[in-house]
Amino acid sequence: MSTVFASPHAHGARPVGQVMLLVMLALLPATLNGFWRFGWPAILLWITTLLSCLLAEALCRRLAGQPVRSALADGSAALTGWLLAMSLPPWAPWWIGAVGGAFAIIVCKHAFGGLGQNLFNPAMAARVMLLISFPVEMTRWIAPRPLGSDGAPGFASALDITFGAGVPDGLSSASVLDHIKIEAARGVDIAQSLGDSFEPVMASLGDRAGSLGETGALLLAAGGIFLIARRVIGARIPLAFLLGVAVPAACANLLAPQAYLPPMAHLLTGGVMLGAFFIATDYVTSPSTPLGQWIFGAGCGLLTWIIRTWGAYPEGIAFAILLMNAATPLIDHYTRPRIFGRRRDGRSLAPQER
Amino acid sequence: MGTPNISSHPPLLTRLRRHLAQWGTHPDGRKHPAAGTTVTPVPLPPQLRLPLSQHIGAPARPVVQAGDRVLRGQLLAEAQGNISAPIHAPTSGLITGIGEVPIPHPSGLGAPAILLEPDGLDEGVSLTETDPFSLTPAEIARRVAAAGVVGMGGATFPAAVKLSLGRNNPIPTLILNGGECEPYLSCDDRLMQERPGEVVDGALIIARAVGARQILIGVESNKPEAIAALRETARVHPEIRVEAVPSRYPMGSEKQLIAWLTGREVPSEGRSADVGVVVQNVGTAAAIHRAIRFGEPLTRRIVTVAGGAIRTPRNLEVRIGTPVSALIEFCGGFTQPPARLVMGGPMMGLAIHSTDIPVIKGSGGLLALTAAETAQSDAEAACIRCGSCVNACPIGLLPLEMAARIRAGDLAASADIGLKDCIACGTCSFVCPSRIPLVQYFNHAKGELASRERNRMKQAAIRELVEARSARMEREAREKAEAAARRKAERERAKAEAAARAQEEHTA
Amino acid sequence: MLNAIFSLSALGVLFGLILGLAARRFRVDSNGIEAELLDMLPGTNCGQCGYPGCAGAATALANGEAPATCCPPGGKPLAEALAARLGLSLDGAALTESVPMIASVREEICIGCTKCFKACPTDAVIGSVKQIHSVIREACTGCAKCEHICPTGAIEIEPVPVTLQTWVWPRPAVSPPLATQATPVNA
Repeated sequence: MSTVFASPHAHGARPVGQVMLLVMLALLPATLNGFWRFGWPAILLWITTLLSCLLAEALCRRLAGQPVRSALADGSAALTGWLLAMSLPPWAPWWIGAVGGAFAIIVCKHAFGGLGQNLFNPAMAARVMLLISFPVEMTRWIAPRPLGSDGAPGFASALDITFGAGVPDGLSSASVLDHIKIEAARGVDIAQSLGDSFEPVMASLGDRAGSLGETGALLLAAGGIFLIARRVIGARIPLAFLLGVAVPAACANLLAPQAYLPPMAHLLTGGVMLGAFFIATDYVTSPSTPLGQWIFGAGCGLLTWIIRTWGAYPEGIAFAILLMNAATPLIDHYTRPRIFGRRRDGRSLAPQER
Repeated sequence: MGTPNISSHPPLLTRLRRHLAQWGTHPDGRKHPAAGTTVTPVPLPPQLRLPLSQHIGAPARPVVQAGDRVLRGQLLAEAQGNISAPIHAPTSGLITGIGEVPIPHPSGLGAPAILLEPDGLDEGVSLTETDPFSLTPAEIARRVAAAGVVGMGGATFPAAVKLSLGRNNPIPTLILNGGECEPYLSCDDRLMQERPGEVVDGALIIARAVGARQILIGVESNKPEAIAALRETARVHPEIRVEAVPSRYPMGSEKQLIAWLTGREVPSEGRSADVGVVVQNVGTAAAIHRAIRFGEPLTRRIVTVAGGAIRTPRNLEVRIGTPVSALIEFCGGFTQPPARLVMGGPMMGLAIHSTDIPVIKGSGGLLALTAAETAQSDAEAACIRCGSCVNACPIGLLPLEMAARIRAGDLAASADIGLKDCIACGTCSFVCPSRIPLVQYFNHAKGELASRERNRMKQAAIRELVEARSARMEREAREKAEAAARRKAERERAKAEAAARAQEEHTA
Repeated sequence: MLNAIFSLSALGVLFGLILGLAARRFRVDSNGIEAELLDMLPGTNCGQCGYPGCAGAATALANGEAPATCCPPGGKPLAEALAARLGLSLDGAALTESVPMIASVREEICIGCTKCFKACPTDAVIGSVKQIHSVIREACTGCAKCEHICPTGAIEIEPVPVTLQTWVWPRPAVSPPLATQATPVNA
């Protein structure tokens, strides 16, 4: 008897590879902006991180005896590398990108069972590992030096920066959140420290120190909205994330403006836009139920705000996302939607009840 | 409980409820060119094969045998039990035997069928015309049962059973299902366009049988001509309202249609009658009209033949029992070998491997799909937990979770999160980017659980047999021992008596 | 540094002691499990497991001497259920996709000696002296006692035939075959 073919006999979904391509397309404007602002070293770091991820993926698939080409073609490893690169300091040495990329793929993805099996977001887990292990290199931010302007390193100096001696002394600069945290510790009023380092419009287009993904918040938001319109991601998690940051920030700022940043500053600094639209919305590590996604997004946002305000680190997105990833199975379990024809507790509806 | 208040301008709450229900998917309709063709009868094939089980319930029992000559409309097999349906001859001819033929079933196993060789004369039994409104509801149900009418939308549930539901308590609302949400299929569309009178009359007859005061005909919005034709015909009947419903799959699913039109949810362990609704397909209504008005039993139906591999897709009127090969031939044959031959629609239809399989009462479509149309070139990949299936499921289940548990072998755990409520509509598999055959996992799990349940009952019965046998052996052994003891006691007594007598004689 | 090593070691020893005492104090009594296992087993005492009857197998399972796959008539569902109850892991290789088996009598060879009829633990064989015997399918567990005892070899153990009512969708293979491999139509 020939094989049994199961229905349906047609399919309407875009394949996984196409989904990843669309996400990369959405990331492109902000990435190109970052390349322009931070120059050759950023480009080299991005290439290194991506290559490291792809090589690690190929290695793991080969070790597992599975086809390598399909794994690389579906674009998930490249996307992980891209997101990791967006969250690193643009002039970090090459081995930061390489170690981070390899860790993300080998430990955070394949050690859990491969595509679809990981509990934690690989890019964020790798970033946190790097941050804790190499705090100096991971907090050395650079003020933007657009390609072609004075002060921007040429290709040869870029090679030296990324692969050789590293960032020359005296070039590092604090990111906005860094600056505010330091000043707050010194007792300086938030409004003052914010005023002299943060200008909303320019900041949202990337004209300040930060990682590739921090600068260009508006471009990232535009990319995120593109993904929502194309139904690659849902609107629940990004919306909940942004509200989870903005609402507590607004309340606190209302009560004590000298100690708490206003919501706009929170939304446009650090990796909030990248996190809300690209990282928290990762399919594998976020809940699949509608209510669960609201809770997850809000939790990420709230935790980000809490860590930023009261935690020791100036930026809290990576930790917030990892903590909510850990809660995702629990959230999924308790937010199962109501089944048609049944009550919430699972018992059948009585006749003519609804 | 009153009738639902549905007007063409639904209240805000209804609009909100409808907007928030975002289940389902919008597959490419692909209704044309078949939907634009007029229904054409197919010439009689050399042999008709009528499976005894074309409906839910017990198979029919043959009342004819090889060598009998029969007329069109003559009873060939009678219903067995309450949930069953009779089978009638689609044309006049000779019964050549009752044998096993391939039937539309995923297992590929055959089933018994009556083989009829048409004589080309197409003589029919004489039929009587009746005014349905002179009959009692019970009589209507009886005649519909005798005509062998079953659900023509594919479910093939004996229609008379639904008609009898209103016997004790009238059911206030009748819904006719003109959804036809599956891509390619347009048999109901053409029926509604070309014979709206039959549909409307059938609706009125059913309403009389169940005691309905309101009739809603739900038709998807991609069939504007059908909606117009029905509205025009139903204009003189104020109790009939033709509602356009969104073209979404699976809007034609009974529970989904009821929820959309009336806002009520059928309880998962109940029936539509529990919310005061009875639903019938428009094709079933037309068949009931013919059965009651003209006494004509169910022997033919409209079938859509379509797909990229068919030369001229069209809608055909087919006698039940016609092999699929005759339909393909009438439509000009294949333009290329099809990648899949499907009976039904692409979402829930059955892939068949032989063109000898006959058209049965529930066959609405025959599709010859090319490889491009089935999009089957991609192998199953790992689940990326994107949640598309959760958004798509009309029942609110978590297909990714259920499939993961089934893959891990824990079938009971998948039943805990709602496997038994799955209607196997195929929407989740359709939208899965990783091409996971979710419905096959669920069908497998459901079948496996049922099989284990049967085994469990068998084990319980066997245990009783074993215990009964042990008890019997013990009893036999005990009786044997008692009998042996009795005989021994007898012998002892006889010996003692003999000894005592000998003693007496000795002393005497 | 010595302080750190000492204090952590002391904590480790202390917690280990507490866990060990708790394991003893709160141990779950496993006497009742035998009756439960006996209930799960088929109860036909066919002996295929190698233990004295189902009670013997239940005792062995409770003591951890028998693997969860010890009962062939129970098949895969029973093995899974036993493994779940006892917390054992199932050796996937030991579980062949076993199909339920059933006995059937080859009537032309049967001599009517009634040996199988007496041996069957579920009375699944009907027949009488010098009459041809037959097997009642619903009662047969495929334990094969009749097959061993039949002097003429008239009994065969064969898989239960699949019918329309018992057919089950197969589990999807990990990568289903491509559509082009199977030409579905004999047109």
